[in-house]
Amino acid sequence: MMAYLRALKAVIWREMLRFLHQRERFISALVRPLVWLFIFAAGFRAALGISVQPPYDTYITYETYVLPGLAAMVLLFNGMQSSLSMVYDREMGSMRLLLTAPLPREFLLMAKLLAGAVVGLAQVAAFLAIAALTGLTVPAMGYLTVIPALLLAGLMLGAVGMLLSSTIRQLENFAGVMNFVIFPAFFLSSALYPLWKLREGSEWLYLLARFNPFTNAVELIRFALYGQMDWAAAGWVAGATVAFLTLSFWAYNPARGLMPRKAGGGEG
Amino acid sequence: MRAALTVDQLGFSYGKGGFALRGVAFAVEPGRFTALLGANGAGKSTLMGLLTRLFTPDMGSIHIGGHDLRRRPGAALAAMGVVFQQPTLDLDLTVHQNLTYAAGLRGLSARQTAPRITELLDRFALSDRADDKVRLLNGGHRRRVELARALLHRPPLLILDEPTVGLDAASRRDLVDHVHRLCTDDRVAVFWATHLFDEVQDGDDVVLLHRGRVRATGRVRDLLSRNGTGTLGEAFETLVRAEGTP
Repeated sequence: MMAYLRALKAVIWREMLRFLHQRERFISALVRPLVWLFIFAAGFRAALGISVQPPYDTYITYETYVLPGLAAMVLLFNGMQSSLSMVYDREMGSMRLLLTAPLPREFLLMAKLLAGAVVGLAQVAAFLAIAALTGLTVPAMGYLTVIPALLLAGLMLGAVGMLLSSTIRQLENFAGVMNFVIFPAFFLSSALYPLWKLREGSEWLYLLARFNPFTNAVELIRFALYGQMDWAAAGWVAGATVAFLTLSFWAYNPARGLMPRKAGGGEG
Repeated sequence: MRAALTVDQLGFSYGKGGFALRGVAFAVEPGRFTALLGANGAGKSTLMGLLTRLFTPDMGSIHIGGHDLRRRPGAALAAMGVVFQQPTLDLDLTVHQNLTYAAGLRGLSARQTAPRITELLDRFALSDRADDKVRLLNGGHRRRVELARALLHRPPLLILDEPTVGLDAASRRDLVDHVHRLCTDDRVAVFWATHLFDEVQDGDDVVLLHRGRVRATGRVRDLLSRNGTGTLGEAFETLVRAEGTP
């Protein structure tokens, strides 16, 4: 048991150290949502009227509306970047080092995901702090109740990233990930506009967005920021996490997974 | 005496017909330096991938310290230290941080680890580099850090996959000597994959791999006298030619 805890601690510690050393990554992780918040949201404030809807009990500004969506965006990018770092790691071989530790493979991959979620949490905390400095705040308790929601959403997005990392070979494929994963997940969600708005445009798009796991992550975070629990969204996110984890464990399983086939081109 | 590593009737294919390894069998004894010799494409990296859990074999078994790698992976992996062909250090972390991470990953406590790290840094003449980022180290030093990392948990078996790739001649000789000393001083069983015949000494054991099959095993000295050749390279040529598969 102690061995598991020590390994988990080591993996999280390394991920945090690496994150702190990559200052550019931290800055871009912060600048991205801040640009959206202060430029995009300011421009769209007039264009998008927001009606009163839970968890809000009054009319809100557009900035208030997009805050949870942007927090989720931070996690989304972090999850995809961790996946890239896994592709990179595997090329560098340190994923192989991880997998030669005398612990179950599933546990090691979980530890890696959890470490990524903790790094995501730190990024969101910095983002929310800067937003708060500019006067964009949520109820004080919300900053605590949102932590489990952020960790769960971070795990889910990390699991998606891990699944991708087992199928992507080259670093250049980040452009593909942007086009086929990040953009659809983000725009087909409730991050930037309420779903009823989207429904006015197209019933199909509404349905896609409704079942998009990222929408549910956004809503989970939105309600948690106001000390409330969106059970349906939590169920969706938890279910999606389990599904993506199962698939990525399968993908990283040497007996059946994708790695042997892909390694076929290797030397020796 | 129980072998540190036993490979029996190992077979593996990447699909698409053909095989990468077939009927591979050999043993690595404690305190012995056993070289896995083969040209590029012989199947060395595949075999290393199977030993380090990257793939699982289609056929046959791998026992490390008597533990079946498939049935008891935890115990088997605990008995083994690995130096990979590709560099696997975090360049932006210090030497000490890299070692601490690896120790934690293996479930070792900070209390157990600290003196062991000091001892290994000292042994590999890295003490004054402990707080340097790995990025600042040259290739030879980086390899020594990886060697120290593989030995943190005092494994009875040390596996090295073409560890001298990219090293200059002096660092290469230095590493070969260091690892040979591990066999004699600490009775560590070493399994060293290479395509460079000059890394193997006359007293070592070899496993000659060619096109996915083992062509010969045993003491280098015996192999030379059996084939009536002066060098390992000539012996290899003779064996391969005798089978009619150049």
